[in-house]
Amino acid sequence: MAQAQMADVQDVRVDRPAARLSLAHVLVAFLAFGIAAIAGLLQGLVRGGVITLPKWLNYYEVLTAHGVYMGLVFTTFFIIGFLFSGVARTTGGSLPPAGLRLGWTGWWMMVVGLVMATVTVLTNNASVLYTFYAPMKASPYFYIGTGLLVVGSWVGGFGIFASYRAWKRKNPGKLSPLFTFMAVCTMVLWQIATIGVALEVVLQLIPWSFGWVPTINVLLSRMLLWYFGHPLVYFWLLPVYAMWYVNIPRIIGGKIFSDSLARLSFLLFIFLSTPVGFHHQLMDPGISPEWKFFHVLLTMAVVVPSLMTAFSMFAVFESAGRAKGATGLFGWFKKLPWNDVRFFAPVAGMIAFIPGGTGGIINASYQMNEVVHNTIWVTGHFHLTVGTAVAMTFFGIAYWLVPHLTGRQLTPAVNRLGLVQAVIWATGMLLMSGSMHILGLLGSPRRTAYTTYMNDPTALSWMPLQGVMALGGSLLFISAMLMVGIVLYLAFFAPKGFEEYPIGELDDTAETTPRFMERWSVILSLAVFLIVIAYAYPVIDVIQNAPPGSPPLRTW
Amino acid sequence: MHLHRYEKIWLTVGILTLAAFVIVAGINAFAMGAMPPSDRQMIDPTKVDQTPPFNQPGLKKIGPNEYDATMTAFVFGFAPATIEVPVGSTVHFRVTSKDVVHGFQIVGTNVNMMVVPGLVNTASHTFTKPGNYLILCNEYCGAGHQLMAAHVVVK
Repeated sequence: MAQAQMADVQDVRVDRPAARLSLAHVLVAFLAFGIAAIAGLLQGLVRGGVITLPKWLNYYEVLTAHGVYMGLVFTTFFIIGFLFSGVARTTGGSLPPAGLRLGWTGWWMMVVGLVMATVTVLTNNASVLYTFYAPMKASPYFYIGTGLLVVGSWVGGFGIFASYRAWKRKNPGKLSPLFTFMAVCTMVLWQIATIGVALEVVLQLIPWSFGWVPTINVLLSRMLLWYFGHPLVYFWLLPVYAMWYVNIPRIIGGKIFSDSLARLSFLLFIFLSTPVGFHHQLMDPGISPEWKFFHVLLTMAVVVPSLMTAFSMFAVFESAGRAKGATGLFGWFKKLPWNDVRFFAPVAGMIAFIPGGTGGIINASYQMNEVVHNTIWVTGHFHLTVGTAVAMTFFGIAYWLVPHLTGRQLTPAVNRLGLVQAVIWATGMLLMSGSMHILGLLGSPRRTAYTTYMNDPTALSWMPLQGVMALGGSLLFISAMLMVGIVLYLAFFAPKGFEEYPIGELDDTAETTPRFMERWSVILSLAVFLIVIAYAYPVIDVIQNAPPGSPPLRTW
Repeated sequence: MHLHRYEKIWLTVGILTLAAFVIVAGINAFAMGAMPPSDRQMIDPTKVDQTPPFNQPGLKKIGPNEYDATMTAFVFGFAPATIEVPVGSTVHFRVTSKDVVHGFQIVGTNVNMMVVPGLVNTASHTFTKPGNYLILCNEYCGAGHQLMAAHVVVK
């Protein structure tokens, strides 16, 4: 069997150099997560009318910090750290020298970028939120910092590609390990996606913010940002799917349902996640309704690989339960390890992804977007997807990844504490995201400080639910602080030992995977082809028939 | 590649459902005219005050029960700040920005659009119920974003 290297290797350990690289990423991720959680608590309490911020602290500075640290720093660092560990784990335990070198170069670039962005955000010189819409102008060093963060992540991605190539060279003709393939797919998607934001930052924002050019083409900057903005969410999601496909089967004592279908769903994400950005701009002027509709069509297509994933997950759960002797239609449900935080946290996230994904389909549904666009419904939506499905899976990963990397153990006590942490997070999110969804339908806007709009009766009627939001946010903060504490404990204080890095094995009945799935020239050509169809004409049009430019403004 | 029979059923149902969504949205848009706001008219954002019709923002009656509302968005308000129309009026909102990106949302209606400097955006609504409708900016635009509002009074 081609996956022979995956069998009998549950005691393979990520070696010291690879573990150090992975851990360096994961620790920065949770540091950023902790800071972002403090910002999140402040926002929730302000919006709920519980506290007012002191004069020297701008609400939107706090909001920028929350978005940048959660959305860009926590996710990117965690993902790259996790992928490096999994690549090492599934290719024999170590990374090749090129992989390590590129990995550390990328890490340092990202850290320098992070420091630059932090200084500009915390001095209130970049209160432009993490979408940094022009013509609001942040300090040029904010753009350079975020640019370095992106370029550093590219270098990290090159490290993952180098490790994949080294394995391929050592194992000619063999199918790559599933996790490594998924890591490569994730970073390929990321490279394609970030080209948009890199072009925006380098060609538009940096020259304009330094004053080298007087005005900026705002519509073009928005197109480039959203070319990146939607695949960004799939960059968050793919490592989560990798965990669900590859790690969860081992944790629940089951088998991977199908290697080829798992790979196919990842390839579909590479093809379909980028040419869909206009569904974030459905309410924008300057883009014709026909092009918007075309992007909506492709957006619906990108739901298909998620449907495939959902099927695989329940198939794995059911067959694992039945293999343990479950009977009846739902007997397998009780056989699942609900008291194992490595399973419970990701599955809680999975459940949240059902309403999360449904909400996403609503948001992308063309006219229906008018009801929810830029209301706090959208904030509620992505707190279910990235804030619950993705974040809780990352928590679930951290519970075994961190001790595995540091040669320590997830003790039963920490497992119990982890269950408490996960339950608090899920409860907080249910309260916060639930009230955000309702408030959004009532018309309450996102990204807005506490306001009654001069005692407008409609706005006043929103207040009770904004209070519930604040309560949910407070629970989330408690859970976040627990999580940071647990990560530090697992990294530096937990008892020494061996914590398994769970990698699922393939079901014996599964078929062999077709080889076209690793023909990267074909895969990339098809991805580029779809992007050209979806974007070439609108982008050329908005450059040639550019709206009059906008000078830079600082409005905070 | 082999698909499990149940997976075939699951994916078929899923894909047909998605196709139905797209078809409904398409018929709604292209046969019934429910398009999202997508105006392509341009304007120099630094010269809004000198460019007609935005040099004189306000309400203009263009027919029985039909009005043009020409409005500007700026940090941190809309001009005019209040519009009054009788019940049953159809109002065509035409909005542009004098500075940064703003949002234009009338709470309790489907009017919701981005106001991007350099471009004009338009949306129409028929107010069938009396009331004091809140217009708010739903895109972060600066330190006073939470104060940016206006009203449509329908009598």
